[in-house]
Amino acid sequence: MFFAIIVFGLVFLMAYEMIRGSELSLQKFGWKFLSGTVWDPVADVYGALPYIYGTLTSSFLAMVLAFPLSIGIAIFLSELAPPWIERPVSFMVELLAAIPSIVYGLWGIFVLVPWLRTSVEPFLIKHLGSLPFFKGAPYGFGMLAAGIILAIMILPIISSISRDVLRAIPNSQREAALAIGATRWESTKIILAGGKSGLLGAALLGLGRAVGETMAVTMVIGNRAEISASLLDPGHSMASVIANEFAEATTALYSSSLIEIALILFAVTIILNVIARLIVWSITKKFKTT
Amino acid sequence: MVIIRIKGTVMIETLQKFSPAIVSHKMDLKLEAKTVNAFFGKTQALQNVSLSIEKNHVVAIIGPSGCGKSTFLRCLNRMHEVAGGTMNGTILLDGKDIHENDPVNLRRRVGMVFQKANPFPTMSIFDNVAAGLRLNGMAHNGHIAEIVERSLQQAALWNEVKDSLSKNGMSISGGQQQRLCIARALAVNPEVLLMDEPASALDPIPTAKIEELIYELKKDYTIIIVTHNMQQAARVSDETAFFYLGEIIEFDNTKKIFTAPSIKQTEDYVTGRFG
Repeated sequence: MFFAIIVFGLVFLMAYEMIRGSELSLQKFGWKFLSGTVWDPVADVYGALPYIYGTLTSSFLAMVLAFPLSIGIAIFLSELAPPWIERPVSFMVELLAAIPSIVYGLWGIFVLVPWLRTSVEPFLIKHLGSLPFFKGAPYGFGMLAAGIILAIMILPIISSISRDVLRAIPNSQREAALAIGATRWESTKIILAGGKSGLLGAALLGLGRAVGETMAVTMVIGNRAEISASLLDPGHSMASVIANEFAEATTALYSSSLIEIALILFAVTIILNVIARLIVWSITKKFKTT
Repeated sequence: MVIIRIKGTVMIETLQKFSPAIVSHKMDLKLEAKTVNAFFGKTQALQNVSLSIEKNHVVAIIGPSGCGKSTFLRCLNRMHEVAGGTMNGTILLDGKDIHENDPVNLRRRVGMVFQKANPFPTMSIFDNVAAGLRLNGMAHNGHIAEIVERSLQQAALWNEVKDSLSKNGMSISGGQQQRLCIARALAVNPEVLLMDEPASALDPIPTAKIEELIYELKKDYTIIIVTHNMQQAARVSDETAFFYLGEIIEFDNTKKIFTAPSIKQTEDYVTGRFG
């Protein structure tokens, strides 16, 4: 009980400290902090939009790449695979989650980025260059690299939670579908429909992880505070700017602005996680009562 | 398929005019199991089960827990293999081996109602009944609403839910849920209905409703019901099969099984001496 209260206290203390720390920038910029595009420590003017944009874009890109793949893995593991395949694959998927993010970042710099620069991005520019997303030069470092790294990092969390969601659906549901003449795939579709809110919860938990991820993103995103529609251009993210610039934050307003970015990030991840947990919790509850 | 069946009946009727005795008995068999053995891994759940079931009859399967009665039922629509079981022997539906055809088609002809009501929890009452119709290869353009109404009426549920068809399938009582599952099974227009202890989780009044329903459904369907409840078997069925340790001990007219069984084990079981 006492320790449970400590946890609550910690969360509130953190929120309080961040609000207090960002007071200066909150007063100076107000809501404009969210829409400002200039981040100029020399002139002491700070706007967070490029970072917010970078975080959202890279996370969204990661979702687009990781979600279908994760659902596929989850369906395979819970519906199709025999136990002797399912166990090692589950283990490997969960192992991916245990790799430190710096290792992903390093792999990103030495393997992913050169590969993107020399093969993938030139290909995208050549064939899809007319689209605004694939304009520009193939740097390698950039939003695309960050999105791919994040996709790999959130894959385990989305697929293992989705697998658990599908497993929570009792076998009687599968049999009910088969007994009215559903094929295996149709039965799986009915099962997916039954678990769709849980799968959404899994996706949101993955998104929460992607939004907060710092190290690997910083290493491959390019760290330039610009808003560009092209995924090939370098960008920046909220977590990256904090990690990169905290040591150099010389003025009070500078550090206060960084703390405000932390506050935004904190709020976004908390909200995503709460929604996700509520959804996952409600679905397991629903099937338990039946 | 339908055309062939109609032709078949016409042919039978013509044949019956000439020699009714020979043809009628043979042709009225809906389901025939011949020396069926079923296994879970290496454990044998059924041994040499042979059983003939006539069209539009209700057959009750009784026996103590673990005697293989559910397994037998699940062999009939090939659900046994879904759970990882295997079987050998032959099961004929209208004289054709059920293993020659696609299990998906078989299960549309041989519907199933489970022990615990299992409506789809994210679907409305209407969608639950319509679920089977919306599967591939079951196009009933525009008639879905009619079929849903008819199926719910057949399941004696229509009057209770007609004003709340869009409500969630889990929002109704347990007995209603079970009748909803019966409606869902009927909607795909099966010929045989398998019921695996359909009333075991229900109170006496909903149980009585299900039993009445079985009596009504007999006119259109061949029904095989597994039950623990011997009074129920005696009330609803025409024939009763007594299973024990994976074998069929006795299969006869229900009245005979309950009043004058020819085998001692059956007598002991129906009089409550064991099981």
